[in-house]
Amino acid sequence: MEKIPILRMGDFLLVTIQVDMHDRLAMALQEDLTQMISVTEAHGVLIDISSLEIVDSFIGRMLGNIAAMSRVLDAHTVVVGMQPAVAITLVELGLSLPGVRTALNVDAGMELLRSSVNGSRESNDGSIH
Amino acid sequence: MTVVSTESVPVKSEPDVVAVRRRVREISAQLGFSLVDQTKVVTAASELARNTIIHGGGGKLQLEALNGPRVGLRLIFADSGPGIPDIELALRDGFTTGSGLGLGLGGSKRLVNEFDILSRPGEGTRVTITRWK
Repeated sequence: MEKIPILRMGDFLLVTIQVDMHDRLAMALQEDLTQMISVTEAHGVLIDISSLEIVDSFIGRMLGNIAAMSRVLDAHTVVVGMQPAVAITLVELGLSLPGVRTALNVDAGMELLRSSVNGSRESNDGSIH
Repeated sequence: MTVVSTESVPVKSEPDVVAVRRRVREISAQLGFSLVDQTKVVTAASELARNTIIHGGGGKLQLEALNGPRVGLRLIFADSGPGIPDIELALRDGFTTGSGLGLGLGGSKRLVNEFDILSRPGEGTRVTITRWK
């Protein structure tokens, strides 16, 4: 079966969605990613959706689920690269992706992940809150 | 109003949702829709195709390219499933009988210019949407 590759880069996992996902593939990604976070003890997940031409309620829900599940597993998620037409449509559809952090591109997303991970480490130490 | 072309696409199983998205994208691009309008009508079609499969037990989509005086795309999703007992309720955001977010019907209504739904319990559902260029 078709699968969306998950790359490991240091402390982070990277996913680039490049195909028009059918629902089962989206569900599989959700499961694979949670599994990978647990196995690799990654602290951050970056999902690049710049190739996605639409985000409907199903894919939106999947992104929300991934963010929530990774949070429970002590990892942060940032979704990057949403096309402007997709953003306009998503909001009109009624989805504002609550709980999902976004950045305009991969660089900005990596920066956001690094600062989130460092931030939560510091507050875990109790040194800075 | 003139229907310049019409075609029918099966909406029976999950991979058909992807095929519907692709075909609606192609036709709306051919009709000269802006990228935002293409994205809106493809997203609406994706939601309705999934509804047809999950709630209607599968059905079909009829695509009609419209011209004269206005250019537009009309999509008719029809199934012979159990029907929707309370359409007002089904259109409300957050209402769901399935596992979705309950944005499918109300959300897709917001993405198009015209929206019509016809449903009788036991006889199926027909949702017609039109997006003008």
